[in-house]
Amino acid sequence: MPWQNNNDGGPWGEGPGRSSGEGPRGGSGGGSGDGPRGGSGDGSGDGSGDGPRSPWGEGPARKPQGQRPSGNRDFDDIIRRGQEKLRSSLGGGNGHGGMGNGFEPFAGNAWMWAVGAVLAVWIVFTSFYRVDAQERGVVLRFGRFVETTEPGMHIKMPFPIDTVVLRKVEQINSVDIGATEGSAENLMLTGDQNIINLAYAVRWKIKNPELYLFELAEPEQTVREVGESAMRAEISKATLNDAIGPQRAQIAEQVRERMQELLDSYRAGIEVRGVDIKQADPPAAVDDAFKDVSAAQQDAQQYLNQSRSYAQQLIASAQGAAAAFDAVYAQYKLAPEVTRKRMYLETMESVLSKVDKTVIEPGNVQTYLPLPEIQKRAKVVEPTAAAANSTNAAGQ
Amino acid sequence: MTMRNPIPWAIAAFVLIVVAMATLYTVPETKQAVVLRLGKPERIVNAYDAKAPFGISGAGLVAKVPFIENVIFVDKRVLDLDMEAQTVLSTDQLRLVVDAFARFRITDPLRMVQTVGTEQNAADALKRILASKLRNELGKQPFAALLSPERGTLMDEIQTTVNRQAKQYGAEILDVRIKRADLPSGTPLESAYLRMRSARQQEAATIRAQGLKQAQLVRADADAKAASTYAGSFGKDPEFYAFYRAMQAYRTTFSDNSSTVILSPNNEFLREFEGRRSNR
Repeated sequence: MPWQNNNDGGPWGEGPGRSSGEGPRGGSGGGSGDGPRGGSGDGSGDGSGDGPRSPWGEGPARKPQGQRPSGNRDFDDIIRRGQEKLRSSLGGGNGHGGMGNGFEPFAGNAWMWAVGAVLAVWIVFTSFYRVDAQERGVVLRFGRFVETTEPGMHIKMPFPIDTVVLRKVEQINSVDIGATEGSAENLMLTGDQNIINLAYAVRWKIKNPELYLFELAEPEQTVREVGESAMRAEISKATLNDAIGPQRAQIAEQVRERMQELLDSYRAGIEVRGVDIKQADPPAAVDDAFKDVSAAQQDAQQYLNQSRSYAQQLIASAQGAAAAFDAVYAQYKLAPEVTRKRMYLETMESVLSKVDKTVIEPGNVQTYLPLPEIQKRAKVVEPTAAAANSTNAAGQ
Repeated sequence: MTMRNPIPWAIAAFVLIVVAMATLYTVPETKQAVVLRLGKPERIVNAYDAKAPFGISGAGLVAKVPFIENVIFVDKRVLDLDMEAQTVLSTDQLRLVVDAFARFRITDPLRMVQTVGTEQNAADALKRILASKLRNELGKQPFAALLSPERGTLMDEIQTTVNRQAKQYGAEILDVRIKRADLPSGTPLESAYLRMRSARQQEAATIRAQGLKQAQLVRADADAKAASTYAGSFGKDPEFYAFYRAMQAYRTTFSDNSSTVILSPNNEFLREFEGRRSNR
């Protein structure tokens, strides 16, 4: 540790200078004579004896205080190294003569260099800015608007003077109003005092970055509120059926125009690209009734279809029957007696071949009806029997 | 050389910085600055002017007399006045929840500073004025008018009257708008739902009835057509039709073999049964 070597020379070899009772600064000055700079500073040790010049080095009895002077020495060391560098770069021209003033001018120079370097870096880093393809840069000089810049690299005054605010003018923002899924419904009154649940999105972008930055305190909220207001104004002109169905696109377009009008009247620098109605439904509470209407429409269609199919069947069968009769009648007219007889006999043949037959001789035979036998089938037979009797009647 | 005696330098620099800070100030484009000299209004920097383009309206780095002048910043932009929803009773005793908003701008910052102090206070004051004005004006309208498009002119009237009062605060109302006008939740909303539901039920019933009616007409039409087809054909010989149809009926009636038929030999069918006994 450097300060532990205070008394015995140390790396700088300034032990002798210090023992002479001068201030540490003087000592170091003397020391520097022994340093790598060679003999140039021999006399300077005495010349630099006027300690008060330094802000920290006064007072002869610094030695016992231990660390503070050593701090100075560290500091001195840094400075000296800086000096050495400087000297080597300047060809050692400063090496003679003025060493009485020591390294002070060199110290000042170093600081200036450092500060200058920092400043240069600062200027370089804060004087250039990039505007991306979708952005515009608004340059402000101490808050005053200077210019709006197009995409690319640009130069401005360094930071505290000029600032740049970048805004994405090509980017289309979207504000959703009303929820499409669950949660709270966004209910509105329509012109016919019905209620509609509406969800829509407003797409907008920055048209004029200056106006956008300087004219509106809360641009996004303004877009939202203007959107809500415009939509409600338009919906309140439409009937529920229109709003749900055919006029949706038209309403959306009117809302867009209206929004643009309002925002322009605020000089908002915002362009409304579009309004999309995502959902326009009756409220959930009455949704069933609305669905029932479309169900009723289906029902009505179904009734109509059924009746049409009945009509087709009926007419077709009538035409068929009529055509069949016509055909038979045409034959009948050619030979009425024979045809009639033939038809009768054929029918009877086919009918009677299938049924139980009982032939009863009238008059001289006591008619015995085997009632138990008949009753077995009575229930089924009776109407048929009656028909058979009538057949008899008809036959006679 | 330069830094021979840094302490005075440092002090001088410090003083210089303090004085500079007290003298120079920046006014952004979005603010107006009211300069007060010992409390007395002196001038306004970057005051609102509708025609002045940005960049030449006075914003930027500005100097003032240090220590005796101070600056109050007032927003120059269009500010938002969002009012709470309030219930309005229309002339036909229907309730409507109205949620309005307004946009305003401080056009006379000095007056605003003198009367209410801050933008927030101005907004609060305007909010109160606007709310009562809205309630009064909307309360004079029937329910239907509140929903109708002519609401626009009503809002314009409200805006002009409120603007007169807003001037006292150095503000200008740019726009008053109803954001939402809804039926209050609870009974009014429920009864509206009920009305909508019954209207739809009526519509559904009408549609079904119309459907049935159409179906009936189609059926009747078909019946008529069939009847005329039959009549046109069968009418040529009613007597033969009766015979023809009876034959068809026998075939279908006795199609099952569960019947028992008791026949007399006098039957037409059995005419030939007994040979030439009876000569009919």
